[in-house]
Formats: sequence, C-alpha cells, structure tokens
Amino acid sequence: MSSLPLQIAQALLLVLLAPVAAGFVASVKARLQNRHGPGLLQPWRNLAKLFAKQVVLAENASWIFRFAPYVVFTATVMAASCVPALLVDTPLSLTADVIALVSLLALARFFLALAGMDIGTAFGGMGASREMTFSALAEPALLMSVFVLSLGAHSTNLTTMIQHTLNTPIMLQPSLAFALAAMLMIALAENGRIPVDNPTTHLELTMVHEAMILEYSGRHLALMEWASMIKLTLFATLIIDLFMPWGMVAGPDAAGLLLALVAWVLKIFGLLLALSLAETYLAKLRLFEVPEFLSMAFVIAFLGLLSHYMLEVNA
Amino acid sequence: MILALGACIAALLAAVGGGFLRGSLQRTALCLLLGVSGLLAIVAGMAGLLENPATLTLPLGLPWLPMHVRIDALASFFLLVIGALLTPVAVYSQGYLRHERRLAAMGVFLPLFVLGMFGVVLADDAFSFMLFWELMSVSSYFLVTFEHEQPENRKAGFIYLLMAHLAGLLILGSFAVLYAAGGSFEFVSMRNAELTPFWASVAFLLAALGFGTKAGVAPMHGWLPDAHPVAPSNVSALMSGIMLKVAIFGFVRLAWDLIGTANFQWWWGVLVLAAGSSSAVFGVLFALQQHDLKRLLAYHSIENVGIILIGLGLSMLLAHFGHPLLAALGLIAGLYHTINHALFKGLLFMGAGAVLHASGTRDMESMGGLIHRMPATSLFFLVASISISALPPFNGFVSEWLTFQTALMAPQLGAALLTAIVPFSAAMLALAGALAAACFVKVFGVVFLGHARSEAVAGAREVDGWMKLGMAIPALCCLLLGLLPVLFVPLMDAIPRALLDVSLAGHVHAHGWLWLSPVDVSRASYSAPVALAGMLAIGGLAFWWLHPKGTTVRRGPIWSCGTPNLNARMQYNATSFSQPLRRIFGGVLQPDEHVHMEYPAHKLLTKKVRHVLHVADPAVRHLHRPIGDFVLNLARIVQQEHQRGIHAYLAWTFATVLLLLAVFA
Repeated sequence: MSSLPLQIAQALLLVLLAPVAAGFVASVKARLQNRHGPGLLQPWRNLAKLFAKQVVLAENASWIFRFAPYVVFTATVMAASCVPALLVDTPLSLTADVIALVSLLALARFFLALAGMDIGTAFGGMGASREMTFSALAEPALLMSVFVLSLGAHSTNLTTMIQHTLNTPIMLQPSLAFALAAMLMIALAENGRIPVDNPTTHLELTMVHEAMILEYSGRHLALMEWASMIKLTLFATLIIDLFMPWGMVAGPDAAGLLLALVAWVLKIFGLLLALSLAETYLAKLRLFEVPEFLSMAFVIAFLGLLSHYMLEVNA
Repeated sequence: MILALGACIAALLAAVGGGFLRGSLQRTALCLLLGVSGLLAIVAGMAGLLENPATLTLPLGLPWLPMHVRIDALASFFLLVIGALLTPVAVYSQGYLRHERRLAAMGVFLPLFVLGMFGVVLADDAFSFMLFWELMSVSSYFLVTFEHEQPENRKAGFIYLLMAHLAGLLILGSFAVLYAAGGSFEFVSMRNAELTPFWASVAFLLAALGFGTKAGVAPMHGWLPDAHPVAPSNVSALMSGIMLKVAIFGFVRLAWDLIGTANFQWWWGVLVLAAGSSSAVFGVLFALQQHDLKRLLAYHSIENVGIILIGLGLSMLLAHFGHPLLAALGLIAGLYHTINHALFKGLLFMGAGAVLHASGTRDMESMGGLIHRMPATSLFFLVASISISALPPFNGFVSEWLTFQTALMAPQLGAALLTAIVPFSAAMLALAGALAAACFVKVFGVVFLGHARSEAVAGAREVDGWMKLGMAIPALCCLLLGLLPVLFVPLMDAIPRALLDVSLAGHVHAHGWLWLSPVDVSRASYSAPVALAGMLAIGGLAFWWLHPKGTTVRRGPIWSCGTPNLNARMQYNATSFSQPLRRIFGGVLQPDEHVHMEYPAHKLLTKKVRHVLHVADPAVRHLHRPIGDFVLNLARIVQQEHQRGIHAYLAWTFATVLLLLAVFA
C-alpha cells in the first residue's frame, strides 16, 4: 500500500490536467481553422469563473437536480483514480476492473440524464432520451472490444491487462487492430465528440450533452463541465493503457516515473491531436446515422473477437 | 426444518384468519401472520444454508405416498428469497389494503399462494411438488382476477390460467420421464436413476419449456405482461418478485439436481443461453415502449429472468465441458441475480402501487413531478431504479458483473463458433443492461420529475408509514447486497457444493472481505465499499470546498426560448422518450404508428394533429392466441357432444369400455 499516495497524486494529476487537455483540443482546432484560439488554460479560467458565480436554479428543480452534479463529478473522478496512468500496479485499480469502471461512468450518465428530465423542458428530455439511446448502443460494442483484449490477457483487471500487452509482441495480435478501431469509435460516441455529437454546439435540434445541462449554472455547471473533460482524458488514458502502455513503470522510482509522465503526456496529446484532426475534417452525422456508426463499431469488435479465436488461439 | 414448517403453518393460519375474520382485524391478522411467516422463512433459509440437509416424511397425502419434505441448500436459498420479499410486502400490505373493502378473496388466496410457493421449494417428491405447484398457480389466478369487474382482468386471468396449466402439464411430463427411469415419485430415486442421453434430453426439454413458460421466458411470455399489472400491487410484487423465481427454482432443481450435471449435453447450455439472451433484450425493448407503469415493470421481469438464465446457461455449458469451478460461478451469478431481482422488482411494484394509490392511475403519460409530492416513495423508487439498471454500488451490478466474469473466463469450448456464442451473449447482456438504464431514466424522469401532467397527480399525497416501511426494507437490502457481496456469496456457497461438488468461497474472499474476486484477484476484482467510500470522500470534499459560508441559491423561471406559455404537455413524455429506440429497433418492435393531420384549407394551416401508436407483442399474436383459439375450439366440440341425447352418451360409454378392455385385458 506504499504506493497509495502516489496513486492519489496520479489521479489528482489526471483531474487537474483534464481542462488543459480540453484546451489543447480547442486550440488545435482553432489553428486548423486559421484562428488564434483561446489558449491552453482557457477551460481552467472558465471553470474558475463558474465556481465563483451564484447558482440560479429553475423554480421547480428538485434535489435530484442539485445532487446530480456531485454524483456525476465524483463517479467520474472515482473512475479516473482507478485507472493506472504512470504506474502499472496501483492498489486502487483492484477496486474496479474495466467493467466496473465503465459502470461507474454509466452511473454518472444515469444521473446526468435524470437531471436533464428534472426541469421538465423539452430540451432536457430530448437530450436525456438521445444520450441514453446512444449509450445503450455503445455499451455492447465497448464491452466486445474489451473482451477481445481480456481474452488474450485472461483478465479484466487493468494491471494484468497492461502487463500482458507489455509482455506480448504486438505484431502477433491482429485482433488488437480491430479492438482499437472499435474502441476509438466508441470513445468518440461516449464523449459526445464529432461525428456523434458536437460539444460546442448550441443549435437546438442537434444537441445531446449540452441539452441536458442547459439549465445549469454556477458551480453545478462547473462540476458538470469538469466531469466531461475528465471523462475525455480518462478515455484517452484507458486507450493508452490497453493498447500502448509502453513507458509505464512497475515500481515507484523517480527517474522511471518522470519518464512515464513524459510518455503519458505525449501519448495523451497525440491522441487528442488525432481527435482534433478528426473533428476538423469530419462532419457531424445525422441523428439516425449514429446507430449505424455504433453498430459498425460492434461489428468491427466482433470481427476482432473472431480473428482472435481463429488466428491467435489455434495458431 | 421446524422453522420452515412453522413458516408454512403461519401462512396456513393467515389463510384461516383472512377467510373468517372481518374488518381491520382481518387485515392486521393477515399481514401479521404473513410477516411472521416471512421472518421464519428467512431464519429457516439462513439456518438451512449453514447446516446439512434434513428430511422429513409427513403423514399427509395419499396412503401409499406420504409427503416428503427436504430442506437442502437450494431449498434454503429460495426460502430466503421468498422470506426476504414476503416480510416487507406484508408490512406494505398493512397500509395498502387499508381502503380495500372486500378482503375475503385476498385473505384466503394470498396466504394459500405463499403456502404453495413454500411447498414447491420444500417438496421432496414429484407428487407434492406438483400439488403445491398447482396450489400456487390456481390461487394466484384468483389474485390476478381480484378486480374481476373489469373484462380485461378476466381475460388476462384466463390466459394466465391456461398458460400456467400448459406449463404444469409439461413439467408433469418431465417428471413422468424421471419416474419411468427411477421407479418412484421420490426425488431420491430420481436423483440416482440412470438416464440415457435421449430420455435425459426429453426430460430437460419438457422441464425447460414448462418452467420457462411459468417464468415468462420469451417467446412463452405472452401471459405475463397482461396478468401481472392487473393484480393488486402487493400481489404483483410477490408474483414478479418470487413466483417467477419459484419457476427458476424448479428448473435448477430438475436440471442440476434430479437430471444431474453429469447428464448435461452441450446444446442444453446453448439453448438456455439463447433463450436467456433473447428474453433479456426482447423484454427490455418492449418495456421501453410501454406507458402503463406496471406493464412496463412486468416486461422488465422478462428481461431479468433472461439475465438469470444467461448465468444458468453459462453454468450448464461450462459444467458440460468440465469446468466445475466456472460453472459454480455462473450458477452463483444466476442465483445472486435471483435474490436481487426479487428485492428490487418487489420494491418497484410496491412503488408503482404507492403511485397508483396516490394518483389513481397507472398511465405514465398523466404523471410527473411526484418527487415533490411523494419524497420518500421517490427515493425508494430511485434506489430500485439504480439497482435494476445494474449500476454500482447497488446489488444489480454485482450479479451482472459476476455473469460477465463467467462469460469472460470461459475458455475454449469445442468449436470456435460455440466459443463465440459466449461473448456474444455477454454483449446481449450489456445491451440489455444499458437499455434498462435508459428505460429507468424514462420511468423515473416521466413519473417523478418534471411537471405534473394531470390534476389527480398534481394533488397526490405521500403514502402512510406502513407502506414507506415496506419499501424501505428492500431498498436497504439492495444497498447491503450491493456493498457486501463478499459476505453473501460464501453463504450461497453450499449450493454449488451440493450440486457441482466445488466450493467457491475460498476464491471469492481470498483477498479479504473488501475485494470481491470471482476466481483470482489478478483476473478481476471489484470492491463496492472502497468505491463508495472513495465517492463519498470526493463528493464530500467537493461539497465542502464549493459551499463556503453565505452562498445563496437563487430560483428563477425556466428558460423557454422566449415562448410565453410553457405547459406540462410540452415535456418529453414516455412515448417521445422511447421514440429513437422505436425507430432504431423498428424491425423487432413493428410499431403501428400513424400521424393524422387535419387541415381544412391548406396544408400549412394545420388545425389538429393526432398521433396514434400501438406496439403489439408478437408472442401474443403468433403463439398465445393460436393456443387459446385451439383450446376454445376443442371446448366447443366437447360442448356439442354434451348437448346430444342419451344415445350419444351411451355410445361414448360403450366405446370407452371397449377401449379399456382392449388396453388392460
């Protein structure tokens, strides 16, 4: 348990870095559109401003509405603190394996959608309905791609899965390519990015995530926004852990940790760069094309599973 | 053993009390005795799980066939399940039945129904099993038709009775096969009987169809969404919560115990897995399309029975391929979901009953905003909604997690295609779980959040203390079973020890009471207490940091995009919430949806818009209605024969005598 403080520090790092990561995406997208962009720290400035502001509640808001931001935030942070980012073997990663991790995020989403329904406006209900629909379709695909990995590693424990990936030559596992493709598609959908949802839109008929938090203000809104930024970084870290964990250290030695930190930050920003490029060059899908996008992810993951059985186990 | 019989006697006394007493004394006696019966069942179940099996022969029944009762690990577990829901329902009924004038039918048949379930669980010979099974089915028929003034209740009751008897007939057939092999009605000789693979499969298929019909497995589920909602809510809670579980019990008893794991064929597991996966997805898809609150919950029972069957099917498959430890894990996962579903579905039906009690309607489209009017009920309903949506840290998540782990650990099983079925069924489980979450966002959002959609709902009042207490107990149990599975799984360990000869207890809490790990901690682990403690710490910190002294919250009007008059009908309702899914899964649901526009002069000057939607259950159309028509036609033919003269009667008698002579002489 000696690495517990280290793990808390690592979780704190992820939580504090998340707004910077969101700022990075915004900046890169601005550059690609020939704009200057707001800078890396703009999300932090926004959060600080929101935290200082007074909360305005709708007149019929119930306790669910005030309770939800805390549930969304804590469930997301809890999930973030169970994910190894620098150290391979962390004590808290025993708390939740990949499936439990995904379920913690589902708990956050459940309360987010309830908060959307609480005020009784059409926007909130619309956002909740769409969010729950898309997440229901994303869930089997996500699980299937986790399955491909855990069948190889014989585990859903993140530490064991990372160790397995570190110790296995990557070229011998074509199924990983399928799983990665499916996982990237799901990550776009889960985080409400283009082509599934547009986080910067407030155009009424296309909103999903924004529609649910439309009535929030002040610290409540700040918690919700922060949670969604953490979720983005969390998914990036999860993809790094599962598919490219090189550079992570087994034990807490200073030089190794520094190297792991550099590697992690570089990989995160690499993934986010890819995300910004994708968001710039892709258009948002029509609402009822999203299910096709998600079932595509499921089929790709299932192909990965079949290729695992046919090429890797019997060979 | 004595405790278990005590539970039965208390139920019997309750029937006597319910039948003969009158007024408030009748209600109190009924609820008190049922509560005592439930408590005794809990204690008997706990004791039975810790002790060795005990048998007893009762001097009842036919002269050459006394009743055999036996309390073993499996029976004890289901006694525990029955007791765990019966006790809170008895408390709840004390409040719920207050305004009920005619209690006599309920007073007699409710205890008899409970007695029937106890009897099925305790029976140790086929004869008493079937006797109590029929007692359970027939008395629940009278409970379904309790409000028999409504023609649709009578119709639902008839289909229910028909399907229950069809199920009974199939189970009887299964017992007949086992009787032929073992030479006795007693379960001991059936257990030791030698079965050829063919006859084992026949017995299994008959049992699977029979118990599957009774448990509401798709596509034999058509009676369930009609029968469960029309019963009074305390009865719906018992029917959905435990009667379906008694059918699961019967299936486990016959397949694992009497037919025996040694006789399992590979395709049995595949069949159960396929039935489970399709029930899970089918049930929740149709649940999403309902706007009658209790009917929606009934469809969720189909889904959850499917989830239980996924666990059991995995267990069968793994047992056949020689992985007893993993088979035990699947069995535990299925049975854990059994008690979980009993608790949260019982709670949901009690909550629906409270809403019905307060607002007088089951139609979700006229509800809304009840969280302000009924704070306690909405809190308990929220707990049950989170549990059924399989979200941590509540109990539904634990059993689904165990099922996922079983599927994930399944090694190579024969052909690659066979192996691929296992993760595919897990993906269906994931889909069902996520759709259930969507469905309960809809239910909680439409019923309890937003604005009231009708006058009656706007004036609803919170229910009384008895009903609140009755809902508080299962809510607490949902949390405890979610937080401390490490203490509960070893208690259930006696079941795989008896049925599969392996013990899981050493593996489950090998890493201390905090960590639940199915086989080994390096494969997977989950700790609800740590997760909850972590969340409380983070949430507490955030709250403390964000609430310095003197912060105030201002209330303002809803943002309406500048529209002056928002009204309650502009909210998303149950039908609009599920519209995207209706469109995506249109191929399965086949909704009959029309929009009628009335415009007297020009298309742009629409006067009136009418939206008509009907989602019919294909199982009813293609399976249940033909069976019902067949039985009615048969009855019509017999009826014609009845009306003939004396000659026809004599001719029939003569023919029968000839036939008997030909057979027996």
